[in-house]
Amino acid sequence: MAQVKAYVRPMQGWWRRNPYFVRYMFREASSVFLAIYAFILLVGLARLAQGEAAYNAWLTALASPASVVFHWFALLTVGYHAYTWWQVAPKSAPDIRIGGRPLSQMVITAGGWLATLGASALIYVIVRWM
Amino acid sequence: MKRSNEPIFWLLFGAGGVLSALVAPILILITGIIGPIGPWMPASALAYARVHGFAQHWLGKLLLLAVISLFLFHAVHRIYHGLHDLGLHAGTGAKVAAYGSALAGTLIAACLLLVIGF
Repeated sequence: MAQVKAYVRPMQGWWRRNPYFVRYMFREASSVFLAIYAFILLVGLARLAQGEAAYNAWLTALASPASVVFHWFALLTVGYHAYTWWQVAPKSAPDIRIGGRPLSQMVITAGGWLATLGASALIYVIVRWM
Repeated sequence: MKRSNEPIFWLLFGAGGVLSALVAPILILITGIIGPIGPWMPASALAYARVHGFAQHWLGKLLLLAVISLFLFHAVHRIYHGLHDLGLHAGTGAKVAAYGSALAGTLIAACLLLVIGF
């Protein structure tokens, strides 16, 4: 039987054709940054277990320009993911009803953003002053 | 019908997603930027004695393990499913590698926390 030569739309670079998908890929890039960040913390834990000199060497490495640039990119992408995580939360949250009415989507999203801000402020205060 | 193992990974992905949405940005800012080079954070904030004491406390251990483990499980789940978007149609091998590395990271972190002691 003859091979059917149907046109197959090329998918190379598909996400660059639409700003929506560019944002999608930017957000998905945060997963790579988050994995590397978790690995950096794991290395820090290993250095902590090895003693003070090893731990201080890890801290010195964190202060290097390459490390700081990496963490800026990680903050940008992971921060954007945190922002959009609460935007989709109404679609994945359990069906909460108050007085028989479903909770408004904006309440869930705004609640999430406030929770992130509150947790961030709390951690900052504890690390800096307590 | 064979039961799917997806709910387990979905649960870990979701838990890591919530935890990372809540605390990942501030943690990255503190441990990666203002902790090591300032400003708005004294250098003593991440000093050895302080962080070691935190890791010796049972609550500190729990928080450190939760952050490292759930961030890893969340991230590898998204990386694994994101491969498809890049035109790589990964199979079982990639799945085992992804979740296996998150599991390995979790076990290593738990061992290190035990080594650090109480």
